[in-house]
Amino acid sequence: MKKAILYVNQFFGQIGGEEQAGTAPQIHEGQIGPAMQFAKGLDAEITHTIICGDNYMGSNTEEAVAEILGMLEDKEFGIFLAGPAFQAGRYGVACGTICKAVQEKFGVPVVTSMNVENPGVEMFKKEMYILEGGNIAAKMRKDVSAMVSVANKLINGEPVGSAAEEGYFPRGIRRQVWRADGKPASERMAEMLVKKLSGEAFETELPIPKMDRVPIAPAVKDLTRARIALVTTGGIVPAENPDRIQSASATRWGRYDITDSAQLCSGEYKTIHAGFDPTAADADPNVITPVDALKVLEKEGVYGSLHPYFYSTVGTGTTQAEAQRMAGEMIPYLEEDHVDAVIMVST
Amino acid sequence: MCNLIPVAKTVGANRIVPTISIPYPLGDPGTSREDQWKLRYHRTKVALESLATDIKEQTVFRV
Repeated sequence: MKKAILYVNQFFGQIGGEEQAGTAPQIHEGQIGPAMQFAKGLDAEITHTIICGDNYMGSNTEEAVAEILGMLEDKEFGIFLAGPAFQAGRYGVACGTICKAVQEKFGVPVVTSMNVENPGVEMFKKEMYILEGGNIAAKMRKDVSAMVSVANKLINGEPVGSAAEEGYFPRGIRRQVWRADGKPASERMAEMLVKKLSGEAFETELPIPKMDRVPIAPAVKDLTRARIALVTTGGIVPAENPDRIQSASATRWGRYDITDSAQLCSGEYKTIHAGFDPTAADADPNVITPVDALKVLEKEGVYGSLHPYFYSTVGTGTTQAEAQRMAGEMIPYLEEDHVDAVIMVST
Repeated sequence: MCNLIPVAKTVGANRIVPTISIPYPLGDPGTSREDQWKLRYHRTKVALESLATDIKEQTVFRV
């Protein structure tokens, strides 16, 4: 029989509640907490349970991951499970973090479960099977059984069905399959069309991403008195990248004082964006952040005044959720300085 | 201001001013410094003016 290892937090590992959330990782032989529920249906033996406090994982992520990977080094296992994490945010992020690390280091499949509202879903759904779970621990049995169903397929080398069939969050992976009904696209399309024409429900095979509509901001009333700010996703930063903004999948941003700059000089500023050839922007950062043009237009009185900082992050691979959070962090600075409108240059 | 107009539309930007490329939105290094400046000055001005323009729907401004 293949072997499995389960990761749970301090609460489900029966160490304690919030007061034990700082607990460092520990590994136990055998099955603790939810492991016993998993054991009922899993086609593998759960040989060990790893327990780690949510705060320890959240605040000492690198150490926690390294310690757990160390504990696993001499263990033999064919699959790694974590959770279910329900709507517990720190626990969900912890499950995603450790699953990702284990998958990368040991090349074994990983499975976890979270509620749709868990921030771990947005962060990790593309990298692993995250079953869509309930919001509270009362859903334990149901969530475990959904995880077991997918885990067993991975253990037995059977194909895992689509996200809709298995109940995991879509991972954005497209696969070619032979359909059981052998029906060609033309027929399926015609059937859909007939259903649509007769007002019946039908299920598209190509869901179009939902448009994220933003209410239209009213026009600035008097441009000649307006305070304008400049924001970019093009990764322009001071040459030493003081805020250590990542070159892709950014989670950090910075704001840089341009009060005394007539333009952004090459050498002083550069782009750290990994999604395009930086030659042009490094030679003249103004091609992404047009500080030179904005300064002249300010002098000419085309608009009122320029906010003294420009704001920068990197847009490539960055999730919409992260982007939204970063914008939320920038906005108070803009409001505090009574900025009326923003120019956002993306690359 | 962006080059990938369809992406800007999808993510819900309402006032869109086209730029000329991804790596150098506002100045083609293959052209003279003066041409680059003209292009950048012009498009930045269009962006400023777009902020003061009433719109009823997502609008791509002419540059």
